[in-house]
Order: sequence, then structure tokens, then C-alpha cells
Amino acid sequence: MNHSEFAQTFLDVCLDVSLVMLGIAFFLTIARIIKGPTLPDRVLGLDMLTSVAIGFIAVIGIDTGFTLYVDIAIALGLVGFLATVAFARFILARGKTGDDDEKLDLRRIDGDPFESRDTSISRNAR
Amino acid sequence: MIDTVLTILAGLLVVAGSAFAAVAALGILRLPDIYTRMHAASKAGSVGSGMMLLALALVANSGPEALRAIAAIAFFLLTAPLSAHLLAKAAYAVGYKLWPGSVLDEMPQIAPKPRGSDTPGEPHPASNAEVKPAIRRGG
Repeated sequence: MNHSEFAQTFLDVCLDVSLVMLGIAFFLTIARIIKGPTLPDRVLGLDMLTSVAIGFIAVIGIDTGFTLYVDIAIALGLVGFLATVAFARFILARGKTGDDDEKLDLRRIDGDPFESRDTSISRNAR
Repeated sequence: MIDTVLTILAGLLVVAGSAFAAVAALGILRLPDIYTRMHAASKAGSVGSGMMLLALALVANSGPEALRAIAAIAFFLLTAPLSAHLLAKAAYAVGYKLWPGSVLDEMPQIAPKPRGSDTPGEPHPASNAEVKPAIRRGG
């Protein structure tokens, strides 16, 4: 009896700790989505957000006993997968257009090896 | 006794899984380009949520609940690499650059494949988009 009480207390502490860490993961991912210089970064952030939400559902399911939410986790995984696939097709179809900010960053680090290409792109854009 | 062991094991799995998720999110925030970020998210992220679902399966009251959690793990492990691969392929085909510190680019500027050389049937639509940056660079 003493053993099982200890196990319950241990599980409660573990659940609290993991909820805190999942919250941290959630906010770090949201920071990347807001900051993310390009569209694929943001799509990747959304994918990660889905998996963090599935983790939240699992932890809440252990904590409260509402395992009905596991079905919702499966559906959420399916929707996240389909959304990522659709976004990948969209990135492919759209080409590289507006969000070329990452190129500026690379140039700041590495000199400017793409200068001629840059002028041709900006001429095409205008 | 078995219950006690399973509960403690579930607690450890939950903490480890959420630590994996937190490390994956940290990698997404800190790594330099889209491909390395993807490497953090799709491996550590899916391991993290898989461990938490496994903990849920361990402490579930009945068999069907545990089986549903296991099914969710299997589903997630199947779809996460697929979506990451598709996203990386699309980003690379469109021309998002690797980080300058990358040591190896195994697909530098793919030349268009001659038709029917490798795979029978229609060429993948991506093969059109892969040609685009080369044309743009020439002009």
C-alpha cells in the first residue's frame, strides 16, 4: 500500500514537470513560427506544434483519466500530416518568391556569392 | 506490485518524452537553416510524443484504450518521416539554401532526368520545379 501511494505521488510530480516542459516547448515553437524567416520554417513549426499537442493530450489523459481524447490525438495527427503534405505541395507550386530574407542572412555571414543571380531575380520580380 | 512498477515507469516515460519534445523545440529555435531544424523536429519530436503515448498505454485502465494509444504511436511514426521528407524535398527543389557551414550537399543542382530512365510511368511533378533554379541562374 505504501508502495502504490509513493508511485501515485511520483506520477503526479512527473506529470507536473512534463506539463511545464511541454509548455516551454510550445512557446519555443511559437517563437520560431513568428520569427521563422521563410515559409517552410513556419510549416515545420506547425508540424511540431501538432506533435506537442499530441503530447499534451497524452499527459492530460494520464492525469485526468479522459482517455477518450486519444481518438482526438489520432485525428489531430492525421490532420497535421495532411496539412504538412498540402503545404509542401503549395511550397513546390509557389516557387521561391517573397520570403527571401534568409538570403540576406546568408550574405551577411558568408560574403555575397550570388550577386549576379540576385540582380536577375530582383529584375524578374519587378 | 506490477501496478506500482508500471506507474513509476509511466512517470519516467512522461518526463523523458516531454524532455525530448522540449529539446526538439529548442533545436527548432536554435539551429541555423530549415533542413537542420527539420532534423530536430521530425526525430526528437516524434520520439517525444511517442514516449508520452506509450506512458498513457501503460497506465490505461482497459485493453482497448492501451491499444488505441499504441495505434496512435504507430500512426505517428509512419506519418512523421513522410511529412518531413516531403517538406524537405519541396524546400530543396524550390531552392532554399543550405546553411553555409554545411559540409555536404548530395544533390547539387539536379539535372533533369531523361524520361523513362529510372522509373516507369509519369515523371513526378517535382521534376519540373527542380529545373527552375538552374534556368533562373542562367538568365
